[in-house]
Amino acid sequence: MDIQINAFPCQSAKIRLELTQLNIIQDLACQLIYLGSKMRLLFRTEYSLCVNKMQRSCKAGTGIYDGTVLLTRLEALINWFRKYSIWPLPAGTSCCAIELMASGGARFDLARFGSEIMRFSPRQADVMIVAGTVTYKMAPIIKTLYEQMTEPKWVIAMGACACTGGMFRSYSVLQGVDRIIPVDLYIAGCPPRPEAILQALIQLQQKIQTQPLFRRQIES
Amino acid sequence: MSTLAEKVNLLKSAFPKLIVEHTEFRGQTTLVINSGSDLLKICHFLKHQLGFEMLLDLTAVDNLETSPRWMLVYHLWNIKENCMLRLRISTNEDPPTFPTVSHIWPASNWLEREVYDMFGIRFQGHPDLRRILMWDEYPWHPMRKDFPLAGRSWQGSNGLFTEPAPLEGGPFHILPGHHPSEPRAHPQQ
Repeated sequence: MDIQINAFPCQSAKIRLELTQLNIIQDLACQLIYLGSKMRLLFRTEYSLCVNKMQRSCKAGTGIYDGTVLLTRLEALINWFRKYSIWPLPAGTSCCAIELMASGGARFDLARFGSEIMRFSPRQADVMIVAGTVTYKMAPIIKTLYEQMTEPKWVIAMGACACTGGMFRSYSVLQGVDRIIPVDLYIAGCPPRPEAILQALIQLQQKIQTQPLFRRQIES
Repeated sequence: MSTLAEKVNLLKSAFPKLIVEHTEFRGQTTLVINSGSDLLKICHFLKHQLGFEMLLDLTAVDNLETSPRWMLVYHLWNIKENCMLRLRISTNEDPPTFPTVSHIWPASNWLEREVYDMFGIRFQGHPDLRRILMWDEYPWHPMRKDFPLAGRSWQGSNGLFTEPAPLEGGPFHILPGHHPSEPRAHPQQ
């Protein structure tokens, strides 16, 4: 795998390859995608190819051609779709859930960020907001919910309890939901203000925008 | 209509040997019942003759290293005449066992389940004596005084597990283990 990728470094691809050869590159890219390896490099290669072609055409170097076409990476485009349609799964386990409901209401309005559609089925949700104390009794259920979510999926640990167990340092409370599932963002507070939830969503959008595609599959 | 004092006198005359102690504190009356006595008869009398129709609360106390170790506390309320009575009964059995009062006060069903869950006190004749807060597999009774505050490490089926969480070393910088009044907060040796 590594040898094949090294055969197409960005610099030389920019100079050498013509548009007619793109099909070959795409086929190879698809094969590599199928094998689950080094997505980022391949998309970059494709990107630089397109830009190079357009630069020769319009000599602007902005990526905008003819005023009608916007060139971008597939990765950036898909992430752009994703980040404005994050449907949350409100895994509200205690009082933080009340504040989560408040942020869904008209005053704070999660809809401004495309996240107003709370999905109570994990199969339809993109981000799981663990809002509240997670007891050991609840922990397997939270984990099951996470496993039932489809990729791509993210997790926000909302409030002190979900982050660290909070003040419940006892026999019955899981000391942070990151002990059972991977957490992308932690919100401090007891409970956090709705503004903090909004900020977390914005930060999650930033994270999604810069996230390489298929990263999670590669990691796992 | 009769006052609480009259009701207590009625109870004492009906069960002269069973009430071993009678204390008043800040207007609240506590009766200590002789351990091993017929609790059910007293409870039946209290509900149907003296009008204590409501069981406010039922809980237990673990007096570790004293005898008797286990004490059960009933809080009874007379709705019509607005008076409260507290009953206490102790035992030193192992495992601690009391008769259920769930057929007298149905409210005691879940309360007894909670006492069983937290203290391991059995209630004879209870219709459904299962754990109510912890899950069925959980092996300990966490409100017992010999159970560490931090909990214990345990691995069960279906992804259930527990880990000890000692107060020292937690996210908050407190040193509770240095106070002698709560020895269970000390880190486990």
